[in-house]
Amino acid sequence: MANPSIAQDTQVLPQEQEEIREKLLNEILSSYEGNEEELIPILQQVQQAFGYLPEPIMKKIAQFLQLPESTVFGVGTFYAQFKLVPSGRNIIRVCRGTACHVRGGARILREVEKHLGIKPGESTPDLEYCLETVACIGACALAPTMVVNNETHGQMTTKKAAEVLEQFKGK
Amino acid sequence: MMKKKLNIHSDGNHNVLVCQGTGCTSSRSEEIRSALEHEVNRAGLSNIEVDFTGCHGFCQQGPIVVVEPEGIFYTHVKVEDATEIVDSHLKEGKPVERLFYRDPVTGEAIPTYQEINFYKKQTRLILRNCGHINPERIEDYIATGGYEALRKVLSQMTPEEVISEIKKSGLRGRGGAGFPTGVKWEFCRNSPGEQKYMICNADEGDPGAFMDRSTMEGDPHTVIEGLIIAAYAIGASEGYIYCRAEYPLAIKRLRVAINQAEEKQFLGKNILGSQFNFIVHIKEGAGAFVCGEETALMASIEGRRGMPRSRPPFPAQSEGYRLVHQHWH
Repeated sequence: MANPSIAQDTQVLPQEQEEIREKLLNEILSSYEGNEEELIPILQQVQQAFGYLPEPIMKKIAQFLQLPESTVFGVGTFYAQFKLVPSGRNIIRVCRGTACHVRGGARILREVEKHLGIKPGESTPDLEYCLETVACIGACALAPTMVVNNETHGQMTTKKAAEVLEQFKGK
Repeated sequence: MMKKKLNIHSDGNHNVLVCQGTGCTSSRSEEIRSALEHEVNRAGLSNIEVDFTGCHGFCQQGPIVVVEPEGIFYTHVKVEDATEIVDSHLKEGKPVERLFYRDPVTGEAIPTYQEINFYKKQTRLILRNCGHINPERIEDYIATGGYEALRKVLSQMTPEEVISEIKKSGLRGRGGAGFPTGVKWEFCRNSPGEQKYMICNADEGDPGAFMDRSTMEGDPHTVIEGLIIAAYAIGASEGYIYCRAEYPLAIKRLRVAINQAEEKQFLGKNILGSQFNFIVHIKEGAGAFVCGEETALMASIEGRRGMPRSRPPFPAQSEGYRLVHQHWH
């Protein structure tokens, strides 16, 4: 994991930032009752606020829900949506479903990897982008597709993929 | 034949329907709608309404724009085409032929929906409203007879009668096993347990499958009405729609639809003046293909790792759960 060209969790934060983070967490938790079935929605909201699931925050969630830390960690690692290290602001999902594969999805993925210098599951060190693959987004008629944040881009070519990425830079 | 078809222009009232399913939206159909609205205003055409619909199921031809009542079907529409559609078609009554669908075999330009081979042999039941109504407006759904079945069920039928009707209909699950829906409902109705839950499984993850997405995006109220009726049949007062997070538009339209149904009192306490109470929650999946399997899905709803367990006991019998696979076309 010690690859300097991809983003890592630094874990130790200055006191001040730690407090801001805790305040934000408490705001999120205030709308929940503390039942076990709220774990996934809480993790989803935390991830949206922080971009990933920081370890100290997961421990606090475990306390709040009165669950073992291992359970929270277990759920956090089970679902593909959750990230345990900081992830890029712009989420690029390249579809690797059957229809997209047949129409050159692998080439699109390679182009994006080359362009960003990261592999699926990783984020760029400046935390601008994170790259993921997805099994199917249900828009096969537009294959090959990629999704940037919530926007679907269809009928991709390697050239168009590079253009789309440029468009999101610094946004 | 074409001339005759195109000559329907007597009352002058038209609906211009822009597809805003995921497919067409990704090719800028929202901008196309704004452009059409702008052009209609500019031309001062007050008898024309520009609106949006869900998916037509022909995304490779998108963005799709349909002009009703005649059903003129425009394909691969661009923002720049808005002026010509308004000036030529809506003002002068001359549809824009270069945007017609072209038959891939004969190369012939085909003007209307009904004459396209892809649609000709289709009989649409579940998808009957997709592409025709605005999915974010409950009035559109009601105008097509929506929530009438619910009214009938709640005012004239017992849960047992609903189950027997579903059995008679021969409706089966479409997930692959083809399990008779009425039998499943009966299991659940007869299972012990105070609190029962109705779960709608919209965790559609198989590559190439998007019938759930189309239905939720194009006609969310049909899903909700079905859910309420099934909940009444099995005796559930609470329901979940488990939808994958990769479908943001479907989740958005479902949320809008649930709010509207609550306002109209199709959801909530004493629905339509009956003794029946029912509320629906949306659970967003967190990215796990296996959660489409019912025991894994329920583990996920309960906040745990979505790991399947072996059956029996079947959830419908043991835990007071009942799963609707949405593939019940």
